[in-house]
Amino acid sequence: MDWLVVVLNFIGQQILNVPAYLIGIITAAGLIALRRNSGQVIGGALKAALGFFILGVGATVVTGSLDPLGKLILTVTGAQGVIPTNEVITAMAQEQFGAQSAYVLTFGFLIMLALARFTPLKYVFLTGHHMVFMATMLTVILSVGLGQGLDWLVVLLGAVLLGVIMVIMPAFLHPWTKKITGNDTIAIGHFGSLGYIAAGAVGQATGKRSKSAEDIQFPQGLKFLRDSMVATSLSMVMIYMVFTIWGLIALPPAEALAIFDAADAGAFIMAGFKQALMFGVGVAVILYGVRTVLGELVPAFQGIAAKVVPGAKAALDIPIVFPFGANAVLIGFLSSFTGGLIALGILAIWLNPAFGLALILPGMVPHFFTGGGAGVYGNATGGRRGAMLGGFVNGMIITILPAILLLVLGKFGLANSTFGDADFGWFGTLIGVSLSGRPAVGAVLTILIATALVTAAIIFQRRVVDAGWVPGAKRDAWLAEAKEAEAEAKESEKSEAKQPSPAA
Amino acid sequence: MKIVAVCGMGIGTSVLLKMNAEKVLQDLGVDADIEAADIGVARGAAQTAEIVLTSQELAPEIGDVPAEVIVIENFFDLDEIHRKLSAAVR
Repeated sequence: MDWLVVVLNFIGQQILNVPAYLIGIITAAGLIALRRNSGQVIGGALKAALGFFILGVGATVVTGSLDPLGKLILTVTGAQGVIPTNEVITAMAQEQFGAQSAYVLTFGFLIMLALARFTPLKYVFLTGHHMVFMATMLTVILSVGLGQGLDWLVVLLGAVLLGVIMVIMPAFLHPWTKKITGNDTIAIGHFGSLGYIAAGAVGQATGKRSKSAEDIQFPQGLKFLRDSMVATSLSMVMIYMVFTIWGLIALPPAEALAIFDAADAGAFIMAGFKQALMFGVGVAVILYGVRTVLGELVPAFQGIAAKVVPGAKAALDIPIVFPFGANAVLIGFLSSFTGGLIALGILAIWLNPAFGLALILPGMVPHFFTGGGAGVYGNATGGRRGAMLGGFVNGMIITILPAILLLVLGKFGLANSTFGDADFGWFGTLIGVSLSGRPAVGAVLTILIATALVTAAIIFQRRVVDAGWVPGAKRDAWLAEAKEAEAEAKESEKSEAKQPSPAA
Repeated sequence: MKIVAVCGMGIGTSVLLKMNAEKVLQDLGVDADIEAADIGVARGAAQTAEIVLTSQELAPEIGDVPAEVIVIENFFDLDEIHRKLSAAVR
């Protein structure tokens, strides 16, 4: 039977332990289940595997650009500076945790389907990249928390937690989502949900008498930031420039120049500029890889979901709500960025010296997507004021939470990047903290957390979502009244204008 | 035939749009390659494609390309995609 062991070892070590091949096989299985022809199955599987390798190439480029920046920030400020970018930290983690996280992703998806099938939480989470990011984060935290040699437990717990978070967040967010879209056909499945709920609540509390942001005429000039390559490179150039110039002023010249291996000040600044652009290059490569994988994987997953849980609501990526509030997106983004800068100030002045939290620098892409989303949710309950304050609160949340999350990511916290969006922050921290004791206790605690979250979400779904609660209903009534009054005023103006008409 | 589905990042909504468009094309019996793209590379990808599918807000940013730009209002309305695509492929 020696040959059997050799074959199994080969399959286990050389194929199933390589995430790219594993993803390819999963994709192929999904496409076969959908009865695609053999050409499409082979092509899809190959592309998914290639996409995964592309991810690795991009990660190398990004790491090359982030390392000198990390060194520079550390030398200049004495604190660790981190730019939360989900794509980057995920790509970095794949080398060590790739295989486990691929299993977590697959089994987590199946657990989500089971939950959607057998509980009232009928949501099918289809935001593929967030699924991958969450699977990776849970794998890293569980591996770090449980220690070596418990890979099967990591996969088991990771899959349960992933399945749970994918059905509960769309449920908790759904009253606001319904309000925005005006119907009950789609849900939002995005791990910035805590920020959106906060924005909806803040909007309701502050914007009782605020008109919709959509009545404002906005300049078109800021739209170029929608282009993620432009947004990423631009924000990195700003961050790099701040710290290179700061370094030149604050450090002894020889020490500063040595960081980038530069000959003089001019070369030093331009080296920083090039590094910033290389970060943009790396992210573009990673995105290309992610797109290649997801282009094959998501349709396969969706096809399976449609068969297993017919009639479930698709929980989709956040830009789905952007058309319902184009101005609110812009307001939300700008105020989220402002919130991020102010929270960075709080980190630098108070939380870093007091608790050793890292400095979280604002990343343009998370602020655009989650800030924009928060703007739309805030606008739905509190008009312009809601969009502004909702975005602002979201910006604070996605700056403070990643700083706390870094503490539980263990040695991965040293990677100069981390997960950015709000739910990664609270969920990751919660799981990380519950694993801080013995592995057995941690495993039981995580299962308890998962059970509690599902129970809470079911109650919320039954009592709040299905009961038809509308957030900010009072404001809607006021808006309707105001509109009516306006129409009446116009009407009477017209009639007044008509009366002296014979003279004219 | 090559079709490009475009959204802001090219990994979320455009993948879903691609998926729904593929469904529609299968119904129509049209053999086409659909690629998801972000707004940054969309203009380049559109040079070699026949059709670009995107949202109302992103359509102006794709600008003047040889491909036909079709605006899809609701990425999940298969009827709308069906109507607009079948008019375009014929």
